[in-house]
Amino acid sequence: MATETKDGIFGKKERGLLLDPINDNNPVTVQILGVCSALAVTSQVYPALIMALGVTLVTAFSNLVTSALRKTIPASIRMIIQLLIVAVLVQVVEMLLGAFAYSAYEMLSVFIGLIITNCIVMGRLEAYAMANKPWQSFLDGIGNGLGYGFILVVMAVIRELTGKGSFMGWRVLPAEVYTVNNLMVLPCASLFLIGILIWIQRSANRKLIDVS
Amino acid sequence: MGDILNVFIKAAFVDNMILSYFLGMCSYLAVSKSVKTAIGLGIAVVFVLAITTPVNWLIDFFLMKDGAIIPGVNLVFLRLILFISTIAALVQFVEMVVEKASPSLYNQLGIFLPLITVNCSILGASLFMVSREYNFGQSTAFGIGAGVGWALAIIAFAAIREKLRTAAIPAPLRGLGMAFILTGLMGMAFMGFMGINPGDYIK
Repeated sequence: MATETKDGIFGKKERGLLLDPINDNNPVTVQILGVCSALAVTSQVYPALIMALGVTLVTAFSNLVTSALRKTIPASIRMIIQLLIVAVLVQVVEMLLGAFAYSAYEMLSVFIGLIITNCIVMGRLEAYAMANKPWQSFLDGIGNGLGYGFILVVMAVIRELTGKGSFMGWRVLPAEVYTVNNLMVLPCASLFLIGILIWIQRSANRKLIDVS
Repeated sequence: MGDILNVFIKAAFVDNMILSYFLGMCSYLAVSKSVKTAIGLGIAVVFVLAITTPVNWLIDFFLMKDGAIIPGVNLVFLRLILFISTIAALVQFVEMVVEKASPSLYNQLGIFLPLITVNCSILGASLFMVSREYNFGQSTAFGIGAGVGWALAIIAFAAIREKLRTAAIPAPLRGLGMAFILTGLMGMAFMGFMGINPGDYIK
């Protein structure tokens, strides 16, 4: 408990860093970061899980590296340096997926490369890692990756269940009981779904409502 | 010729960057509050896409193909790093050229130009160009088409949003929630373009 006021290894502040992004400060539905890939990879659960894992790893480690280098990066070229750090990490993730999870690698195709321009990564580097210590930045990266992954998995479960009647590729709703709704695997369904998710979240958590 | 036209029409309407791949969603949602700024950003994106896609094709073809520089060495693992560096450098370059050539356009675009570097549709177009194995002419058409499609979507969306300002929307849905549902409806409308091949008529 004594660690709560100071920079402890895992005090209250650190717990907040890890858990806030899941609801109050969710990167997708509140900060509007990383929407592109959140919508595109959620027609099935398995690629969505892999994508969430990849983004969490890249965000956490790029936050860690940038935060460790934050005092030596010149302000005028910091964007390019941050992009290079992220690009190297994404390349590593892409090669790892190609080697160990080839089916997911095939399904995600260009969206793995697009983690580089995923706004969550750059957004957290600018907003957090450039001004905070490495350990806190690392946790912030993991927290935001989890918040992103949470939305991804919720959407993927709903879309795969209603669109294909299956879960992780296993048929759970037999064809006699449930006729699949092909609209749910089309791109526009994910937009309706995330709109509705935001509606539900903001009805439950009214301080997030847009006043403008 | 018909082939290039097909690539252009497909990129602009059928496989629209925003409405079917959700690329560039962040700036699309953030900069669509008025039609005027949407037009400015749209033009900037067309401009950058039309330059970066063919330049990245040249880099991919002459530097990174199997054994292109050193026989037996495949440099494909550098692709992401080189592509994003090219995009960052070109955006910087475009910014400087626009500043010198047309200060009034530069003032209108202002903050949007540097932000284009992290617009996923730019890197996305380069990666799609590689995975679909386009040739040089096709990738130029694809870059311009993708930019036109992106600009079209953001301008239409900004116009709808301006009209919606006075509508009575339930409070929790206001802003972001409604924006997503609107984009979904636009996406459904654009699905009507599926399957058109204008190139077939030009022989």
